[in-house]
Amino acid sequence: MEYFFNILVKAIFIENMVFAFFLGMCSYLAVSKTVKTSNGLGIAVIFVLLITVPLNYLINKYVLGEGALSWLGESFADIDLSYLSFIVFIATIAAMVQLVEMFVEKFSPALYNALGIFLPLIAVNCAILGASLFMQEREYSTITEILAFAIGNGIGWWLAIVSLAAIREKMAYSNVPAPLRGLGITFILTGLMAIAFMSFMGIQI
Amino acid sequence: MSQKESLFSPKIIKTFLGPLNQNNPIAVQVLGICSALAVTVQLKPALVMAISVIIVSSFANLIISLLRNTIPTNIRIIVQLVVIATLVIIVDQVLKAYVYDVSKKLSVFVGLIITNCIIMGRLEAFAMGNKPWVSFVDGFANGVGYGIILILVGFFRELFGSGKIMGISVIPEFFYQMGYENNGFMILPPMALITIGIIIWIHRSWNKTLIEK
Repeated sequence: MEYFFNILVKAIFIENMVFAFFLGMCSYLAVSKTVKTSNGLGIAVIFVLLITVPLNYLINKYVLGEGALSWLGESFADIDLSYLSFIVFIATIAAMVQLVEMFVEKFSPALYNALGIFLPLIAVNCAILGASLFMQEREYSTITEILAFAIGNGIGWWLAIVSLAAIREKMAYSNVPAPLRGLGITFILTGLMAIAFMSFMGIQI
Repeated sequence: MSQKESLFSPKIIKTFLGPLNQNNPIAVQVLGICSALAVTVQLKPALVMAISVIIVSSFANLIISLLRNTIPTNIRIIVQLVVIATLVIIVDQVLKAYVYDVSKKLSVFVGLIITNCIIMGRLEAFAMGNKPWVSFVDGFANGVGYGIILILVGFFRELFGSGKIMGISVIPEFFYQMGYENNGFMILPPMALITIGIIIWIHRSWNKTLIEK
């Protein structure tokens, strides 16, 4: 349990997707104009991460990794398909996003209206593919660790986008130099927020 | 087709120059930042990344443009992703074979070219509706527009962060004796964002049409 908590804290604060690795930046900068929409997108990201990361983990463990096919028999034991992981991961993500969208539309129209346009966008959000690739690179071993990793990354991303949106709403009242307005100041803001988040780096877990 | 377009007609030139200034993918369209920032600590990985993106984006545009009349609209996203992913796998394998140290440094970011919004964005907005050659030029130009920013950021971060360019020290020993020190802050991730913010600032004060209200 304590280990689970450690991975969670690490993924949310210390190795935050946005501030430490710049993942999911495109939608992060484009959608963060109001708190309401960023909240919707953030929740959608948590949701999709929670489904795709464990799924890709299983695919990696039983199909793609080195010796992963050994359950098929002796002769398959030395096959290494890991060079296929990009294409398989992205296909899984795109397919899952479609499925989740159909599922949510059918069973929870309220949630569908809230997430609506954001779900298809998420298929090409680098944070999702990035989480799967980091999961593969860091070699977590149990499904609980993977779940903690997925939830932590999702919450970290949600936290980042909601706080940026809150700052940007306030920014509307300040006098920013003309060439810096809009995109420029958002970059610098994100940079400053990332500096703030760096203070978590000293934490040893 | 009544008349054959020449290889370098004004339209092609315009397609090529747009992304370099007026429509720069990073500074104006805010696309493809995801995989860009983390690789700019030094110039060399930034250069390799820029070249990889140029290759993937021009060939993805070319292939999708050749296939544009046969792809059903409903599944176009998956088709585009498959084309991009295939190209990225080829680039990744080539990098692993010839520049292994850089490939290790880029880690997952080569894979993340797949979800680079520039490439998807250009496929959707341009290659699906234009002829192969002009699409190829568009993809190439967008890759170059992206690469320029990447190289600029990489150049300044390496120069001020560790006093080197491409791994070679350029700041004379004399400066260090005078009390100059490398700014370790430039190596940290947040400075990539702030450097891009400043590039946008300079770009927009020079090109006033881009200023947002």
